[in-house]
Amino acid sequence: MGKTLAEKIFDAHLKDEPFEGTKVLALDRVLCHEITTPVAIADLEWRGKDRVFDPEKLKVVIDHVTPAKDSKTATQAKILRDWARRHEIPDFFDVGRNDVCHAIFPEKGYIRPGFTVIMGDSHTCTHGAFGAFAAGVGTTDLEVGILKGVCAFREPATICINLTGELPKGVYAKDVILYVIGQLGVNGATDRVVEFRGPVVEQMSMEARMTLCNMAVEAGGTSGVCMPDMTTVEYLWPFIQDEFTSKEAALAEYSKWVSDADAVYDRVVDIDVSSLEPQVTYDYKPDCVKTVAELAGTPVDQIYIGSCTNGRIEDLREAAAVLKGKRIAESVRGIVSPATPKIFQDALGEGIIQIFMDAGFCVTNPTCGACLGMSNGVLAEGEVCASTTNRNFNGRMGKGGMVHLMSPATAAATALTGVITDARTL
Amino acid sequence: MQKKFGGPAIFLDRSDINTDEIIPAKYLTEVTKDALKPYILEDLKLEGFDPKGEKLQNATVVVSRENFGCGSSREHAPWVFEVNDVHTVIAESYARIFRQNMFNGGMLAIELPKGDIDQLIALQGAGDVNVSIDLDAQTVTAAAGGEEKQFSFEISQFDKALVKAGGWVEFADARY
Repeated sequence: MGKTLAEKIFDAHLKDEPFEGTKVLALDRVLCHEITTPVAIADLEWRGKDRVFDPEKLKVVIDHVTPAKDSKTATQAKILRDWARRHEIPDFFDVGRNDVCHAIFPEKGYIRPGFTVIMGDSHTCTHGAFGAFAAGVGTTDLEVGILKGVCAFREPATICINLTGELPKGVYAKDVILYVIGQLGVNGATDRVVEFRGPVVEQMSMEARMTLCNMAVEAGGTSGVCMPDMTTVEYLWPFIQDEFTSKEAALAEYSKWVSDADAVYDRVVDIDVSSLEPQVTYDYKPDCVKTVAELAGTPVDQIYIGSCTNGRIEDLREAAAVLKGKRIAESVRGIVSPATPKIFQDALGEGIIQIFMDAGFCVTNPTCGACLGMSNGVLAEGEVCASTTNRNFNGRMGKGGMVHLMSPATAAATALTGVITDARTL
Repeated sequence: MQKKFGGPAIFLDRSDINTDEIIPAKYLTEVTKDALKPYILEDLKLEGFDPKGEKLQNATVVVSRENFGCGSSREHAPWVFEVNDVHTVIAESYARIFRQNMFNGGMLAIELPKGDIDQLIALQGAGDVNVSIDLDAQTVTAAAGGEEKQFSFEISQFDKALVKAGGWVEFADARY
């Protein structure tokens, strides 16, 4: 009987099975940011166990509120910074080099096929795009990960999302994942790995695959996952070229991290994307999804383009293509946050930042920012935001605010008109 | 050390209560658990619910519906319960991370089928509901007025071991 990719990763990393069905895995990466890590650090200190299992396997960034906005956030950053220095963690990203965690860690080549990855952040599932098992965890799991390099999980079952057909022009990975969540429901994938495969995924860039995997948790999934292929190798090549004699050799090695043809899935969901339309959420749950056409004309106050879902260069290009040479509506304000300094610089080089500024957007530094209402871009009571982020929970972007999730192209089109708009109709 | 479970219950009769509702992100700038205390369930969208009300003040058990604790991985959600002495949550189902965070902190996230939750919620008609938990027997006993109901629950050996050990740090530290 064949195995799924997740099962193969579990087998290869199994350190202990204290009880039937509970798998304690050895970790390849423990990722840390300033919101969920400081309490773990304080607890380790309190226990007299201020140690790390392997400083090379820890990757640390300040990203949620940066630069610090007040004394409390400055303290969080300081706790993380002091800890990273104390333990000589080589890969620590501070103000000026920092950015959205799920954008920078892949960009630096830290995530490889077959890896086990945890972070005290629910969108850690993003990293499954590289053929890794990547799970968001709480601070206690993070603390044990930092100290011991292990984490416990239940035996994984996998839901296969088989994407066939051809994505129509103007319809993107974000539309696909919103549609998938609408189909699965917000707890349709609880305790499951969500595996995205099929010809549509094979044609997607790593950025698009990260957008898919990023929102697996919005259906309750433990990790999203895509099969590593030549696209994965090409993305990682600058970081792995000393390890392999050729890209083909890398591909051959990584090909052991794919699900077998006769793997057993919890279920398989076949979706032909050929007639898929741009999608948008309504209400306060990410599985409340309609077509943009159905919500067209809904007035908004703010547009936010950024985050670990859609703050990458490809996303900014898609938005800029809609905005080029135009001005956003007088009634709205637009905010764009490139997800990393590299993306920011690439966007500058390509003239994309100029397009955003000419259109009337505010360009912020890389940060999680408005997505969870922790720093800049918070909504006032009763305000509505068209957003490329991943959660539309009540109060998420500010108490009493409403968030509609959508693709960067739809967000850009909405910025131009001030009401929810299908970019293809402009 | 094992925590105390059971006590007066509050009923949050809604599915998909997310961690942003349990503890809004703006309070995640706190670096101690105790500082979270006043903000419990501050943004909960539920008709008639008062986050500052006496009912919640007195409760040490929360009863809810499906997919409780979905959304963010923030352990601040179980912590805000913990510092308000709510060590027991009973629901139809949970989001994985929240459920694990509860057990990792040595607290109980008990799953009961919909029919049992319906009965628990209906019990309110008889008066304030008091819940007692027998972890070894794996039973929930709920009493209100003169009425009493008992339900059995399943818990994995691992999760039970975490609760008995006082949490995952204790368990892992002794073993790895």
